[in-house]
Formats: sequence, structure tokens, C-alpha cells
Amino acid sequence: MIKKSAEKIYTGLIVLFMYAPIVTLMVLSFNNSKTRAKWGGFTFKWYAALFDNQAILQALSNTLSIALLSAAAATLIGTAATLAISGMGRRSRAVFMSVTNIPMLNAEIVTGISLMLLFLSFGIRFGFGTILLSHITFNIPYVILSVMPRTKQLNPSVYEAALDLGASRFQAFFRVVFPDLLPGIVSGFLMAFTMSLDDFIITHFTKGPGVDTLSTKIYTEVKKGIKPEMYALSTLIFLTVLILLLLVNYRPKPQDAAIPGAERTQK
Amino acid sequence: MRKKMSKKPESPRISYFNQTAMTAPYLFWAVAFIIIPLLMILYYGLTDKSGAFTLVNVAAIATAEHAKALWLALGLSLVSTVLCLLLAYPLALILARRQVSQQSFLVLIFILPMWMNFLLRTMAWQTLLEKTGVINAVLSFLHLPALNLINTPGAIILGMVYNFLPFMILPLYNSLTKIDPSVVNAAYDLGANGTQTFCRVIFPLSIPGVISGITMVFVPALTTFVISNLLGGSKILLIGNVIDQEFTQAGNWHLGSGLSIVLMAFILVNMVLTGIFDKNGEGTAL
Repeated sequence: MIKKSAEKIYTGLIVLFMYAPIVTLMVLSFNNSKTRAKWGGFTFKWYAALFDNQAILQALSNTLSIALLSAAAATLIGTAATLAISGMGRRSRAVFMSVTNIPMLNAEIVTGISLMLLFLSFGIRFGFGTILLSHITFNIPYVILSVMPRTKQLNPSVYEAALDLGASRFQAFFRVVFPDLLPGIVSGFLMAFTMSLDDFIITHFTKGPGVDTLSTKIYTEVKKGIKPEMYALSTLIFLTVLILLLLVNYRPKPQDAAIPGAERTQK
Repeated sequence: MRKKMSKKPESPRISYFNQTAMTAPYLFWAVAFIIIPLLMILYYGLTDKSGAFTLVNVAAIATAEHAKALWLALGLSLVSTVLCLLLAYPLALILARRQVSQQSFLVLIFILPMWMNFLLRTMAWQTLLEKTGVINAVLSFLHLPALNLINTPGAIILGMVYNFLPFMILPLYNSLTKIDPSVVNAAYDLGANGTQTFCRVIFPLSIPGVISGITMVFVPALTTFVISNLLGGSKILLIGNVIDQEFTQAGNWHLGSGLSIVLMAFILVNMVLTGIFDKNGEGTAL
């Protein structure tokens, strides 16, 4: 009994630790005073101001389009690669998996500057495109590592049975194999989307002047003082995701692995 | 145990569509955006402005200023890694022991915070730690002396633990849930007490998770420049800050690359360690 409550208290403290800054930001988004240090009363004015702040809205749109496009491209390339890798011999598979692990295990700063040097050397103009290419690069491993466990669970006889029963290779793949892979693909996509959205370091080194994502915009604002609209925007994003997650998780029908990260926790 | 696993017959392989066509895009991508860029760091790090081979940029790590930044980064990241391990292990044990699916809880603690920008979350700690911040306000309410929290190495450690704790929890949880409960029960049946079971059965079996977690926390902590920038003020320079400045302010890519090569050496040691403990090569890390 004592042990049970000790466990609950401990878990609670960790959750408190993880969420204290988030709650702080939410409170700040309603703060009428412009400085962080003082509480100036409750207000909604930053939420109203947010929709007039073109710079922030532009950064938000960049962030979302990069996240969406890079996650989609990474899902496509990564899923194809996973299927190919799972059909490879032991040695080539090991080589491919080691290369896949490089962006995961390497420091983000090293990945960032390595891509920066690449773009510099080949004279590629820094901007939206270079950020997108970089994000696809670090997103592919997340997709591969999400889909890989699913390919291991596949039963090849089912695919062969479909072929024997007269399905074309396309039909057999998309109607028999693909549905089994889908949860892994979806969770890989969502993981990639989240990673792209939260990335700062790699974007910092591969962005061009004039193009900002929310992260890089916040970083430049840190020195001059963050605009409170930014707190309002983060609060809105956070609450949206929280509500979506609650809806997905507490749907009456049990659903497996449509949530980022869920795939991995099942292993 | 490991020997037995490697003898296990491989699951039947099957190739859908054309193997080459499926591999080609990723192969191209990996060579163009993973391997060539890393070679570029090596090239820039080992040459000077005229393109001649030199070791000056790598040796620059030995200068007082750079060595200090590296030692400080090593020290702070080691402390943070140990703290993460100590904080995460009990939590992972608690989560792994529960019968109910903890999936949604893990998502809650691991994924959800990422939707609030990590710079903002780290910056929020400024608000909490400042001289006039929330923590000191609570202390003064309790008539306790105010603490000098912000812009100290301690604040950086806190930022590191805060940002990277989830990367420790997840691999630990994964490896703990993989332990066969009958092995643990067998230990109890054979007369081991709780401590013995933990030290001689549970902990040894969770070592792959521990190693994964250490790698996942140590590398980003060692190389961070953002956390030290936001919570350490401008006075505390870590090796990440030095490299960042060489690239974004000083514009000395050769020196920046040379120092990155030193960092990569540390990361490589880490990768080798992970490789040894992660025989399947699937990356239990995330």
C-alpha cells in the first residue's frame, strides 16, 4: 500500500517536472504584462494579436509545410527502403542499418554543419529547399525504425497465397501486405512530423536569410525578448494536439499504434 | 542467451517489387545527404584555407579556451546522464510492472511535450529559475533565502536532464518490458530476495536499455549549444557553443570542422558501445 502510493508520488513528480515549463508558458500567454517577470492580470489580447502578426504566421506556415512535406517524403522513401532492406541478406542489411543509425546517433550539431557544408560546397541557395532536404534526411531513419518491426511480423505465405490465387504483384502487395504495414507507416509518419516540427539545431544551420521556422524565429527573438504572441501560439498548438490525442486514445474501439511512438513501446 | 538468438533461423525473406528500384532512392539519399556531408567535415577539418592538409584545426582543441569548453561539456553531460539514469530507472520499473497498457502514458510524457517548442520550454525554465522567478517567489513566501539559480552550471544540468530525460525513459522501459516475468519469478522461487533479484536478474537483463539510454542522453547533452545559451547566460561556453560560433559568427569553417571531428570521435566511441550491446542492429534506442 505504501509502496503503491510512493510509486504514484514518484510518477507524479516526474510528470510535474516535465510539465512545469509547459504550464508556465500557458500562464504567460494570458499575462497582461509584456515582461515575463511580472504578472499583469489576465488577458486574451495576445491571442487576438497573434492573428495580426504576419511574421509569426509566416513562420508557422513554413514550419507546418516543411513538417508535412518532409514527413511525407521520408515516409515514401523510408517505407520503400524498409521493404528492400528486409529482403536483403544479412550483411547488406547490417550496412544499411548502420547508415540509417548515423543521423539518429550522431549529434544534431554535426549533422547540421555537415549539411551546411554540403550545400555551401555545391552552391545550393539556402532557404526553404535546403531546410526541407535536411528534414527529410533526419526523418527517414524514424520511418525505417517504425516500419521495420512490422515487416518482421509479416507472413510471406499470405503474400504467396494471394499470388497463387491470381492477384497481380501490385494487388497482392497493396491489398494483403500493405494493410499489415500501415500502423507502422502511420506511426513513422507522425514521428517524423513531430521531429521536424520540434527541430531547431539542424534548421539553424541549413536555413537561409529571410526564411524562418517557429524554432529559428524564437531563437532570434530570445535575445530581444520573446513576443507574447508566441506563447499564445504554442498554447494553441499544444492544446490542439492534446485534445486530438485524448480523442484518439479514448475512442471506444481499441486502436493500435496510430500514435507516434506507440509502435516502439510495443516492441 | 545471445548465442542462442544468433542461431535462430532468419525469418524467410521475400522481395516485393524490384529490389533495386526500392533501394535506389534511399541509397542515393544516404550517400548524398549522410555520407558525403560527413566526408565534407573531414575534408574541411583537415585542410586550411588554401586547401592544404593540416592538423591545426583538430589540434586547436588543446588550446586553453577550447579544452576548457570540452571538459566542461563532458563534465556537465556526464552528470546529466547519470541523473537521467537515476531518475528514469525507477519510473521505467514502475511503468513496466503495471499490467495496464502504459502506451498512452508514455506518449503523454514523451511525445506530447515536443509539440511545445523545445526552445520555448527551455526558456520557460528561465522564468522559473530567475532571481525574480517563480521558484524564488515561492522561497521568499516561505521566508527562505533566495537562491541564485539561473546562469549557473546547475541550471544547464537541469536543462539537460529536462530535455533528455524521455530519451532515457523509453529505452529502459522497452528493455524492462522484454524481460520474461517467469525468469523473475524463478529467481524468487529459488530464494532470492527483492534486492538480489534486482541486482542479479533484472538489472543485468536491462543493460541494453541502459546503454541505449546513456547514448541517447549523452550525445545531445555533450554537444548542445542551445541549453547552455539559454540557461547558462553568455559566460559559460560549452564545446557546442564554440563550434556554433565558428560557423555562424566567425565564419571559420575549417576550425569549426576540426573541432567537430573531435566531437565525432566521442560520438563514435558511443556508437561502437551501442553496437556491441545492440546485436540485432535494429536500434532499440527509440
